[in-house]
Amino acid sequence: MSEHEQFADDLALHALNALEGEDRVKLEQHLASCSACRLELEQLRGDGSLLALSTLGPKPPLRARQRLLDAVAKEAAASASRAQSARTPVQPRRSWWGLLGWAATAAVIVFAASLWKENSGLKRDVSTWRAVVGQQTLELERVQKVARTITDPEGQRFTLVAMKTPAQPQGKAFYLRSRSSLVFVANNMPPLPPQKAYELWLIPMQGAPMPAGTFKPDARGSATVVNPPLPGGMEAKAFAITVENEAGAATPTMPIVMMGTGE
Amino acid sequence: MKSGDQSALAELYDRYSGVVYAVALRVLGDTGAAEDVLQEVFLQLWRNPGAFDAARGSLGAWLAVITRNRAIDALRRRRPETDIEDVILSVAPDLAGEADRSRAAQKIRSELSAMPTVQRSALEMAYFEGMSHSEIANKTGEPLGTIKTRIRSGLIALRKAFQS
Repeated sequence: MSEHEQFADDLALHALNALEGEDRVKLEQHLASCSACRLELEQLRGDGSLLALSTLGPKPPLRARQRLLDAVAKEAAASASRAQSARTPVQPRRSWWGLLGWAATAAVIVFAASLWKENSGLKRDVSTWRAVVGQQTLELERVQKVARTITDPEGQRFTLVAMKTPAQPQGKAFYLRSRSSLVFVANNMPPLPPQKAYELWLIPMQGAPMPAGTFKPDARGSATVVNPPLPGGMEAKAFAITVENEAGAATPTMPIVMMGTGE
Repeated sequence: MKSGDQSALAELYDRYSGVVYAVALRVLGDTGAAEDVLQEVFLQLWRNPGAFDAARGSLGAWLAVITRNRAIDALRRRRPETDIEDVILSVAPDLAGEADRSRAAQKIRSELSAMPTVQRSALEMAYFEGMSHSEIANKTGEPLGTIKTRIRSGLIALRKAFQS
């Protein structure tokens, strides 16, 4: 029996959201790497929709149409009002504004990591490079201060979002392939169940997702992952987050709760 | 439908509200609750029209699946388990016209009538009652493997009937 045949019955159940337990976990792991089965799942969902489409019943009451159109008109008016507010001189932006600054500091952190490595080599030739090392040490102290500002648990963090908009989970990964360096910053992450952690995954251009560190958000939903162990030179197509046991997993457990491709 | 186009939403409502309401009513068995799901499904389409991928086929089928999922969530009094953007399905042809949908529905109903009762029942318990395979096995007293096979072969039979 091929691997696909082994999952054939489970795919049909999954298409109807009727698969659970270990069978579901195994299937979702298989789906993460099998496009043929993902395609069959879509087809089976379509087959299931035929059951729905064959349903007979009365037409909805006339008031339902007006109720919907009233609700839509109300939302449209609220949206127009928000757009008007956005045209005022002070334009609140979503919290990526804050992350723009973080992007720069994170890049500096990655740079700092490289400086550490280079410092070791430079010290072997002290007489020639003493002045350079001194300068780099000053630079390093500066970026360490920046790093502490981001990662120190006592540091205050502020996330700016548009007014009256619920804060959304957000993550930003800064990845330097040539040095296998990764800095990940997350905000507004929902709390986790006991004994669970978020796991970050590097999705390579080819092949299976690579574990890129686990993290638990603090009470404010913030978390950082700095330079987890990664194989060298891996080109990233995307990063993703799943919920795993605290110890982390070798393969992602569906569903993917967050995902982002390169900008 | 582009976001903000109220007249387009009204057109889609006129075309698909019958299917959406029928599915919600079949699952929930309560006209008030079905009307709430009807409202929620079209509001979601209004807020996020890009969630439907037109390249994959029928809007009617997609709305039917979204409705079924939301109705099951309501039936089980749980938070929505699936984001509408994650509902990807593949159905052809489009079935945009009332006559096409009616012909297809007739074919499917005939196929369901011709199925062994135990198979039709397993399909309906999973689809319209939101029961898991183990819940169906417990209720019917049949092995899990039998339930799994029945549901898969039932879905494949519907596919063949639809394509015939």
